[in-house]
Amino acid sequence: MDSSQLFGITMIAYLLAAAFYLGLFIFKTPRLGWIGMLLAVGGMGIQTAAIGLRWYESYQMGVGHAPLTNMYESLVFFAWCTTLFYLFMEFRFKTRVMGAFVMPCVAIAMAYASFSDRIDAQINPLIPALQSNWLIAHVVTCFIGYGAFAVAGALGLMYLMKLSAENKPANVHALSASLPELKVIDDLTHKTIVFGFMWLSAGIITGAIWANEAWGTYWSWDPKETWSIITWFMYASTLHARFTRGWRGRRIAWLAIIGFIAVFFTYFGVNFLLSGLHSYGSN
Amino acid sequence: MTQQKKNPVVALFASVQLALFLLFFLAATSIIGTLIPQNSPQGVYIEKFGLKTANLLHMLDITDMYNSWWFLGLLTIFSMNLLVCSLERIPQVIRTIRRDGLAVKPELLEKFPLREVVTVAMPPEEMGRRVLSLFSKQGWKARDTASDKGRLFFAEKGPWSRFGVYVVHCSILIILAGALVGSPTIAQKILRNPLFAFKGSVMITENGSSDQIISLKDGKPLDLGFLVRCDTFNIEYYPNGMPKTYRSEVTVIDDGKPVMSTAIEVNRPLTYKGITFYQSSYQPYQDYVVTVKNQATGAETKEVIAPARQMDWREAGVSYGIVNRESQGEVTRRIKVWFTDNQGEPSIFWVNINQEALVERPSGTYRFQARQIYATGLQVAKDPGVWLVYSGCLLMLVGLFIAFFLSHRKIYALVQPHDMGSRILFAGEANKNKVGFTDKFSQFISKLEK
Repeated sequence: MDSSQLFGITMIAYLLAAAFYLGLFIFKTPRLGWIGMLLAVGGMGIQTAAIGLRWYESYQMGVGHAPLTNMYESLVFFAWCTTLFYLFMEFRFKTRVMGAFVMPCVAIAMAYASFSDRIDAQINPLIPALQSNWLIAHVVTCFIGYGAFAVAGALGLMYLMKLSAENKPANVHALSASLPELKVIDDLTHKTIVFGFMWLSAGIITGAIWANEAWGTYWSWDPKETWSIITWFMYASTLHARFTRGWRGRRIAWLAIIGFIAVFFTYFGVNFLLSGLHSYGSN
Repeated sequence: MTQQKKNPVVALFASVQLALFLLFFLAATSIIGTLIPQNSPQGVYIEKFGLKTANLLHMLDITDMYNSWWFLGLLTIFSMNLLVCSLERIPQVIRTIRRDGLAVKPELLEKFPLREVVTVAMPPEEMGRRVLSLFSKQGWKARDTASDKGRLFFAEKGPWSRFGVYVVHCSILIILAGALVGSPTIAQKILRNPLFAFKGSVMITENGSSDQIISLKDGKPLDLGFLVRCDTFNIEYYPNGMPKTYRSEVTVIDDGKPVMSTAIEVNRPLTYKGITFYQSSYQPYQDYVVTVKNQATGAETKEVIAPARQMDWREAGVSYGIVNRESQGEVTRRIKVWFTDNQGEPSIFWVNINQEALVERPSGTYRFQARQIYATGLQVAKDPGVWLVYSGCLLMLVGLFIAFFLSHRKIYALVQPHDMGSRILFAGEANKNKVGFTDKFSQFISKLEK
């Protein structure tokens, strides 16, 4: 059994988990949610093993390095972080229906990593620029942040759905009846953004220190750096709007979604659409 | 607190509206520089956008927007905003922290959103002692005061956490200050000492040396004050042909004496006298250092040769030359060698660069090895502000943690006589994470021994 087979099983588990969570959301049968949770936890366990195995395999090949070095590995790690963060939220705040919004994202990330032509799943040796201890610190901090922001975006979407359903006739209302109270979603969105912001800051800082070690400039306004600071500015405004202007609810939900679009562009758009120092992430 | 008439400029800079506007505006304008290539020659813009647009871009400094007067101006206003709003709010925070919890009016406690009343059949003196022990057992240091309304107990945790957000603001100012200290432009134009902070690069040929670098800003040479010699430059490859290591072996020569010899690799720079050298590029030359050794006698020759030139080793009666090459770009991977000792047919063979070939000849066995000559390209930087930037970064993480995860929590307990027993009014307040504190507050009260 090799890591790619395990990643395949992970992908199927996440797709099924997404389907069951959606089932919970639509049919409101608690058992469906429970199966979804088991699938997500199981998928997560298999994925953890697969990441460990891929790491080991790279040493077997004589090019040993943490599996965090290209688009395939980063998508897999993004799926892992998001699921881990989501499951933590589910257990901590007892909001299982959130999975209907988060797990489809995770499943899509895994499926895209496995099936896209643009993405090379091979284990490749590390080019000199990536041979640094900062690699793990930088990628892990960034991706915990990305995972949290993905969950925040899903929560924002959930909030808007619940809100629009509350202003509509009862039959539409029924669909969102299983969603938590607006106040609860709002509070969770805020907490998630705060958590993500911490890690995004840490990710930008570790990146800056690494850039200084490798190139002698901690900041060179390369597109990836610029987009990460744009994202940082956006979440900083969101937090200020909430803390000092008292923004709540709908506006914060929209900002959580817009923020995630910025994260998505920082992660994907920059690699595929713009050129720069981070180009090794694009294949 | 005296109500002074605020200067409208100060009021603007202290406002959160300005902060929100600036954060949004900085984010929006930063996008421009990721879509329009930065610092390309003017011709590139003309070709891409047409002459008129290219001139407009040039006029607005959009071709180097992150160093433009208007972007730096935005950052300056942003810093002033941070500074003024922090300075204006910190005195208020100090007042809030210093406010004595025991001075609160008991009537006010009755109106706290977070409060709970407990009545017990126990005299107030005894209940007071129990309340005090409840505080200390739960890890709260309580003080108390008596009045005609009863006995008031008060304890608080983390009042200083209210400074968290200002620690973050301050850290951003420190980072920006660090960027100013390390700015080559300021070193050149204001300090009139380009050697205080600079970025540049240098190409050094193997066995060559340089005591000058080329400034990135204006292309002018800068004197290092010492000599850097490149002893060798090597590229190692993985079996699949991907580059594994770029390594320059260099020697620093100061005052005519070699002071250190070390290797520079990507991610492993060399720092000497505050100046740091980074492996950044290389230039292969189409010349080769060839070593030929007679295995039996140990006699050896080392020469630099160009392709298609015959080289004679007269003492040994040997002649050789490079007749063909296989290259990847300018990097030679293997060469075809013509080799003769003038006895019989010449030997013709392929050999990989840096690998030894054994040549069997009538006059004996020779070891033949060739390596390509390179120049190494080093980035050179001196940034005296970097430690300020790093300290600012560390401070920011600490500040964010305080600002987001710690809160100022207060618990009050007012013990009053009531119907032969006591009435205890508990009231609590937290400036952040109110939901979490509500649970803590209920838990706290549930531990009271009645």
